[in-house]
Amino acid sequence: MTSRDTIFASIRRSLAVKGDERIRASIAEDRLDRSPKGVIPARAQLDAAGKLRLFVEKAEGVQATVARVASAKDVPGEVARYLRDNNLPAALRMGDDPRLSAMPWKETSIDVEKGRSHGLDLSAISHAESAIAETGTLALVSGHENPTTLNFLPDNHIVVLHAADLVSDLETIWQRIRKKFGKGEMPRTVNFITGPSRSGDIEQTILLGAHGPRALHIVVVEG
Amino acid sequence: MPRPEPGAKLRVALFATCLVDIVRPSIGFAAAKLLEQAGCVVEVPAQTCCGQPAFNSGDRRTTQELALQMIEAFEGYDYVVVPSGSCGGMIAKHYPELFADDPGLSGRAEKLASKTFELVSFLTDILGVMKVEASHKGSCTYHDSCSGLRELGIKSQPRRLLGTVDGLDLVEMKDSEVCCGFGGTFAVKYGPISDQIVSEKCANIEASGAKTLLAGDLGCLLNMAGKLSRMGSEIEVRHVAEVLADMANEPAIGKAGEKTA
Amino acid sequence: MSSRPTSHTFKDNAAKAIQDGGVPRALKNVRQNFIDKRVKAVEALPEFEALRESAKEIKNHTLEHLDLYLERYEQKVKESGGHVHFAVDAAEARAIVLDICRKAGARTVTKGKSMITEEIGLNAHLEANGVVPVETDLGEYIIQLRGEAPSHIIAPAVHLTKDQIEADFRRVHTNLDPKRDLTEKTSLLTEARTMLREKFLVADVGITGANFLIAETGTSVIVTNEGNGDLTQLLPRVHVVVASIEKVVPTLEDTSQILRVLARSATGQEMSVYTTLSTGPRRATDVDGPEEYHVVLLDNGRSAMLGTEFQDMLRCIRCAACMNHCPVYHQIGGHAYGWIYPGPMGSVLTPSLIGVDKAGHLPNASTFCGRCESVCPMKIPLPKMMRHWREREFERNLNPAVARYGLGFWAFFAKKPWLYRLSTRLAAKSMKLLGRNKGSFQSLPGAGAWTQYRDFAVPEGETFQAKWKKRAAK
Repeated sequence: MTSRDTIFASIRRSLAVKGDERIRASIAEDRLDRSPKGVIPARAQLDAAGKLRLFVEKAEGVQATVARVASAKDVPGEVARYLRDNNLPAALRMGDDPRLSAMPWKETSIDVEKGRSHGLDLSAISHAESAIAETGTLALVSGHENPTTLNFLPDNHIVVLHAADLVSDLETIWQRIRKKFGKGEMPRTVNFITGPSRSGDIEQTILLGAHGPRALHIVVVEG
Repeated sequence: MPRPEPGAKLRVALFATCLVDIVRPSIGFAAAKLLEQAGCVVEVPAQTCCGQPAFNSGDRRTTQELALQMIEAFEGYDYVVVPSGSCGGMIAKHYPELFADDPGLSGRAEKLASKTFELVSFLTDILGVMKVEASHKGSCTYHDSCSGLRELGIKSQPRRLLGTVDGLDLVEMKDSEVCCGFGGTFAVKYGPISDQIVSEKCANIEASGAKTLLAGDLGCLLNMAGKLSRMGSEIEVRHVAEVLADMANEPAIGKAGEKTA
Repeated sequence: MSSRPTSHTFKDNAAKAIQDGGVPRALKNVRQNFIDKRVKAVEALPEFEALRESAKEIKNHTLEHLDLYLERYEQKVKESGGHVHFAVDAAEARAIVLDICRKAGARTVTKGKSMITEEIGLNAHLEANGVVPVETDLGEYIIQLRGEAPSHIIAPAVHLTKDQIEADFRRVHTNLDPKRDLTEKTSLLTEARTMLREKFLVADVGITGANFLIAETGTSVIVTNEGNGDLTQLLPRVHVVVASIEKVVPTLEDTSQILRVLARSATGQEMSVYTTLSTGPRRATDVDGPEEYHVVLLDNGRSAMLGTEFQDMLRCIRCAACMNHCPVYHQIGGHAYGWIYPGPMGSVLTPSLIGVDKAGHLPNASTFCGRCESVCPMKIPLPKMMRHWREREFERNLNPAVARYGLGFWAFFAKKPWLYRLSTRLAAKSMKLLGRNKGSFQSLPGAGAWTQYRDFAVPEGETFQAKWKKRAAK
């Protein structure tokens, strides 16, 4: 008997089932198929403007900074301002996301490098897949467009969010992901990011910048 | 449970608890007075202990024997009232689970449970008592005993009634909802830990500036009074019923002296 | 770091912690932090109680169908290109992880914070076999430097002060300038960040735990604040997830329900900074991520808890709210409990995992104040389950003779109302006589365990029942 068999036999013995009961199996199948939603807080069930207001409030509440720009072509200018204001070099790591690539970076003095990070970049920019108003959380998915290393290795992480991609709650994100990847399928990594990295391990004092980014700057594209 | 019709006399069995029976009968008389003032006919059936010490020591059989003894002695009354959240909780919350597998007794245990109440919450929630005729000089602080608070939801009721006591100034201590460290046999089995917890509780009581400490459970009161006494504190410790019944004329718990007028 | 339990010497451990005084002092600063923040977060979410109920129902449903959801989970991990290993016990889990490390030619492995790898004693096993494990969570890193076990399941170094941590950094980071300024907490954090960044980049294998395993998608989820767990699983060539079987939940929606109560109950956050869902290894369209993805599923006694009075304990999501609110934990800290799971959840779980004969003190060392249950996001009836352990100990005669006899003696009277009345009348009267003119006993024969620490009030002298009878006769 393999360990797998031993464990399944033990579970079934404890539950007093054989494992092949039809009704029991259909109950589990049904839950997996239907994915019932449960309790959704009323807090974020708002119109677009309300959602954006709540998102900004929540994100700033966890020490992210947020800037709003009218359209995608304004992003490079805002990023240049952010780097300048924070005394950061005008250099940026970025993936292949076509939405980012289409932005007029040439109009700024920012030196853009493409590809994953190996830990030497001070600043990186990603495009969010979506974001959650309820908690001020960004959702990013892995891939060459937005490599996961950009979310964690650089000191400063800049994330572009299209206001149209902002949703109320986690549950809405699952619907979007299922639409994009298929029911039961997932991108390799989904990162939910709520503020910059922090630790409370030294006498419970919250300090920012433990291992991930010390700063998280969100640029919301409203148009 | 519906409120009794006005004019109808309720037959209430008072379960004093073994600690009150042996150590501080005046709490039992205070409870009886409050119930009688509210129009109940109070009786005291022959009683020993609800079985909680055995229950919490893992001795289920003895617990069941004692619980059955309680059921037989108390099931014939309209209500059972207990001046203790933990003994009241034992009957109201744990008796049904003790006999859950015994079809012959589970119904009787459930029934007794449903008509068993802690004293103060019985007065306010069942009898609708809004105020008491009592006076007490000086500041009091109230400790929320754990079982009463978390098993029976007793928090606002004693404070509400204490608010109607003439001259009484209720001040809240820090962490009034935190355990005093009594825990029945815990206090003797794990003395050093219990001592740390009660020391912290007493520091909070002292810091409140209150002259009197009140609570609804004699076990907790003996623990806190014992520690305050050991610390040489002047604070008086009483069961909340003594003050509500205007019977705070016995020397406070652990204090020497004679009954005052 | 050792998984060898010392729970049987709980009383000595506790006494030492109290005498030393450092632990209660360190905890005093922090517990209000956890408690106040939790209350604030809970009050800000009107649906919190409904979510607790929802979370509890999800786990109950999952446990009742655990075999089926585990099967689906395993199938989905395999479909996504990952490997699933089953381990009946700690030794098997250790061997599986070591084998993966060896096949990867690993010399250094980074680790995210994981109680399961503490449970199986993984670090010692890897070290003994030439693989260097590096804890990357700041708290875990600190206690690894000290050779200690965590004293709290989400704040492993909560028992330590800043000065102790500074001393440890100076002792271990000998390649740095001994005159460097470490007075600020941020300088300690920066130093750890720098030291560990190197480790992240050279590690061959990254090992994490999992907060959830999602059956619908074959996904493992970690919830962290520092980002160390992500660097651990993202950068090395191989990612190993070690998780126990009850971590499985059916769907993404179910995960969301429990996430809403997890961070609020743990740290008072609405969401932890990083919630990361991982499904299989690097894909064709990826430019980063691990090339191999393994999941080690550990049973270690859990399947035997199903169908028993301890099944509810398997709902636990390791948020630590129970210990954050426990008056006993506050006084003695986590190490006194003698194994890796402290506080109320440990007092229930530890006897299940290492045996009640070794951990018998834990379920007894509770006042049953019930505060743990009242804050548990999964509504686990912790006091009730501690009581079940006491019942098992009583049945097996495991509790001390003096306690048994004391209880038996008292019960003998309590079962006979007439004898009880007679003897209590005598007792009350004689104690009153003994305590003549005094309010309290400073010492009392037979009650030394009480009067060692506090006085005992002298009884009024007559029993209530006797007095009542007199009143009724009037």
